[in-house]
Amino acid sequence: MVAHESSSQKEPIFMATTLGAGQEQPAAQNIGITTARGPEPRRGSLQKRPRPVDGLVRILLFFCGILSIFTTIALIIVLLSESIAFFTSGLVTLPEFIFGTRWQPVAGEFGILPLLNATIVTSFWAMVVALPLGIGGAIYLSEYAKGSTRDKLKPILEILAGIPTVTYGFFALTFMTPVLRVILGENNVSIYNMLSAGLVMGIMILPTIASMSEDALRAVPNSLREASYGLGATKFETISKVVVPAALSGLIASFIVGIARAVGETMIVALAAGAGPVANLTVNPLGSGETVTGHIARISGGDLSYASIDYQSLFALGLALFVFTLALNFISQWVTRRFREVYQ
Amino acid sequence: MSAAKAARQTTGAYAIELHNVNVFYGEKLAVKDVSLNIQRQKITAFIGPSGCGKSTVLRSINRMNDLIGGARVTGEVVYNGENLYASNIDAVEVRRRIGMVFQKANPFPKSIYDNVAYGPRLLGVRGKKQLDEIVERSLKGSFLWDEVKNDLKKSGLALSGGQQQRLCIARTIAIEPDTILMDEPCSALDPIATQAIEELMRELVKKYTIVIVTHNMQQAQRVADMTAFFSIRKEALEGGKDRRWGVLVEYAHTPQIFESPQFEETERYIGGEFG
Amino acid sequence: MAVNTISSETQEYLRDEDAFKRNLRSRHFRGRLWRRFFQLALVAAFLALIALFFNILNSALGYVVEDYAINPITLAANGDLGALPEEELVMILVENRANRLPVYVRDYLYAGDPAVFTTLPLSALLSNTVLPAGTADLTIRELSVEQQAELLLNNIGQPQLIAIVEEQVIEPTILQTWSLTASLFERDQIEAEFQENYAAQGATLFFKSWINLDFLTSPMSSNPAAAGARTAILGTLYVVIVTIFIAFPIGVGAAIYLEEYTSGSQNSRTARINRLIETNIRNLAGVPSIIYGLLGLAIFVRALSPVTGGRTIISAALTMALLILPVIIINAQEAIRAVPSSLREASYGLGATRWQTIYKVVLPSALPGILTGTILGMSRAIGETAPLIIIGASTFILFDPTGLQSKFTVLPILIYNWTSRPQDEYRVAAAAGIIVLLILLLILNATAIILRQRARRSLTA
Repeated sequence: MVAHESSSQKEPIFMATTLGAGQEQPAAQNIGITTARGPEPRRGSLQKRPRPVDGLVRILLFFCGILSIFTTIALIIVLLSESIAFFTSGLVTLPEFIFGTRWQPVAGEFGILPLLNATIVTSFWAMVVALPLGIGGAIYLSEYAKGSTRDKLKPILEILAGIPTVTYGFFALTFMTPVLRVILGENNVSIYNMLSAGLVMGIMILPTIASMSEDALRAVPNSLREASYGLGATKFETISKVVVPAALSGLIASFIVGIARAVGETMIVALAAGAGPVANLTVNPLGSGETVTGHIARISGGDLSYASIDYQSLFALGLALFVFTLALNFISQWVTRRFREVYQ
Repeated sequence: MSAAKAARQTTGAYAIELHNVNVFYGEKLAVKDVSLNIQRQKITAFIGPSGCGKSTVLRSINRMNDLIGGARVTGEVVYNGENLYASNIDAVEVRRRIGMVFQKANPFPKSIYDNVAYGPRLLGVRGKKQLDEIVERSLKGSFLWDEVKNDLKKSGLALSGGQQQRLCIARTIAIEPDTILMDEPCSALDPIATQAIEELMRELVKKYTIVIVTHNMQQAQRVADMTAFFSIRKEALEGGKDRRWGVLVEYAHTPQIFESPQFEETERYIGGEFG
Repeated sequence: MAVNTISSETQEYLRDEDAFKRNLRSRHFRGRLWRRFFQLALVAAFLALIALFFNILNSALGYVVEDYAINPITLAANGDLGALPEEELVMILVENRANRLPVYVRDYLYAGDPAVFTTLPLSALLSNTVLPAGTADLTIRELSVEQQAELLLNNIGQPQLIAIVEEQVIEPTILQTWSLTASLFERDQIEAEFQENYAAQGATLFFKSWINLDFLTSPMSSNPAAAGARTAILGTLYVVIVTIFIAFPIGVGAAIYLEEYTSGSQNSRTARINRLIETNIRNLAGVPSIIYGLLGLAIFVRALSPVTGGRTIISAALTMALLILPVIIINAQEAIRAVPSSLREASYGLGATRWQTIYKVVLPSALPGILTGTILGMSRAIGETAPLIIIGASTFILFDPTGLQSKFTVLPILIYNWTSRPQDEYRVAAAAGIIVLLILLLILNATAIILRQRARRSLTA
């Protein structure tokens, strides 16, 4: 309860002076104006005294603040303990999990690689869409669009960002896949395919990348743009040779966050990429593939009994996902911090 | 001497002529009816109280005002016999010939070498030998060479404030403009760095035409051949507000402005009564 | 002075006006080309948005061929079941589906374990239910058909009775669906196809908007033609409201703690706690939602099941609350940070304590920003699907949620479930569900904007 002890010390000293007649004025209900009662000097102690409301509030707020730490700890304990149960069950070892090329729980095979493969393939195609369009859009918004145009264009991205992912899943399955099958041929594209899921995931991530990149581009001081124009550069030269290099770390950070979102996205791949036990390590995006998240969603949908190997395998997959996305987020924050230092 | 080269050498006495220039920001008039002729290979100083539009006029000379949304210039800015605001004039060409140095040193977050080579590269200079030569010559031209010749790969941002400003000047002269506009180039510098820049200006003016905006009247007195004094005009509007715009009050040889100004307003400003 | 040491060759190059002019043209051309590309990126985003909405509308409206086991016209005038009183609806059930009455009792009145439904007496199974006289100690099997009918009549409202009649007696089946574009531009073809394949068996062809009043008010159904989103809509509202009740006070509290109590603290220990929490929140914001589902499954559903009742609304709301806390905290922090410190100083200067200053000065000024963040969090909670799949929201549920420990389903789960089925008629129902979900989000965001403007006005006035 360190928090409690320091609370009264941290109040500004000067407040005590206006509360001269402190005994009659319970501080907790009082916003402090005590009108003078007469010419005689007011008596009353200026010394510290306990303020129970403030102390209590401080403790309550402290718990609100610390809850996020508990969440993280709980997350790690839950993921770790079930994963340990998974690896000590005797059915699978850690190397088999990491290097195994078949994920077939029925056959007792728990190799994460095929799931990871599908995750990588779908995320790759998502980034193929989201990176150029997201950064291109950000450049247009930050460098070309004037105030009113920008106000008209930004809602497009905001609406895209606000649409629930299950809607994107529906879109992938009922629109993107038929379109791909028309373009690339019915026989070449399976109904559940990684390309469709990946492309739609790219549309979903686009606003994230665009808005982070726009922030990074706008943080580039105008004086650099002026310097470039003053040297006879065209607008595009200024953007490509000065603004983008100066914002590069911010753009990279947005790229990494985009990947983290693609890797963690569930609904689109669960609906459109395919399901079922997988044993193939294909990079052909026209075939189906079950991603890590897609697999977790599919097998937890039913009535899964606790303490079964399937239940534990979910947490081992979850742990892998958690570590991976956390690492990506750390990298992105590190890159962003370096970026800030340049102009300070 | 090639024909193209000849075309750049104009015969007129003035580097730049401003005829009845008005600058608007949106609907608001910022500067009204400025006419003055800037002499070739001389330093011309713009002085006046803040808000009198001296920087605005400076920025209208190489069309930097184009970059501000809603800015509009009427009247003529004549350079080499051409009105810079004619519809067939390309602002990029203008700025390549009329360079600019800004109030706050703004080197790119690149190496010293790349900062200086930026302009020439835009112009298509690719050869390493040529670039080396330009970088060295420009840095020597801005008195920076001796301080940085051993670490040209160092970031331009790692230099001191005065060095950064001289780097910006080197960057500007690397593209061989014939006029250099300086917008309060010393306002963020200490006296020693300021003195270095002033010496540099005296050297540069042997080759370039220089226009400088300054807050510092002593600086104008020390470096400028010609001085233009700008001031503010107001008009009361309803509701206690007023409308303000800048005008050119007096333009003459520097000694004349400071010793025997023709207008009382100039005299009062020089005397430190407002500003 | 070394100004003129440049070789004449280089100088010549820089001053070659013709080359410069040629070069400049291509530089401008390149610039215009790229500008087009940047513009195209936004155009592509816009087209994707249009395609998304078009695709949903295209699915949710269009011609359908519907067939019935019993035509509603034979049951009620003009086939309008809504005009029938409850007694007649129950009579229809008795006449047509007498042996299924216990099933309806189970599906619509009973929320417990189906395994013991036929073996325990009614008084143990059905609390809050009006039982026919003298049946309390009997099991459902021991009731006469009349008693079963009475049980249904006394406890099930008209809308649900209509739903049962539609689903069980009329048994509409969708034989084929067409998209909106096909319905608009290929009517003749659809007509011809209908005449050839379906007309003979007495089916009807009509233009159906899948999003209609029945869809909103009917419970789920195993029959897509009669399926409604009512239970899912109520489930979504229930979960979101409980989520906000949990997450809002905690989130705002955490933001106050971080901004007003520990931010910029001189005490190195407090400052360290502040940094730790801040970093932690930013990392939690990047954790995939499906991981929160695993957390909820292990803690709220499994470990705390005596308190939460397992896969229930409260488990879902607690999970969602953890998920949206970072969003609420980060936005509330920004709002609190934006309150000028002069306001705080003014309050302190009048002798207010820290908490009084926060409660009466800081929070009111920060409220618009805090509300915006809360709405963002709510929107997220409404649309999230993955964590709820993990913690096991029911995919098929017929009764409305009744309390915190009630089983539930939500709109996104319904949409996921319908979309993942292969039949077209489920896909179109999913599109209707998406429209409801998007409208819900739209209402929420519009409310946010109005609230924010009102709060801002009251502050400035």
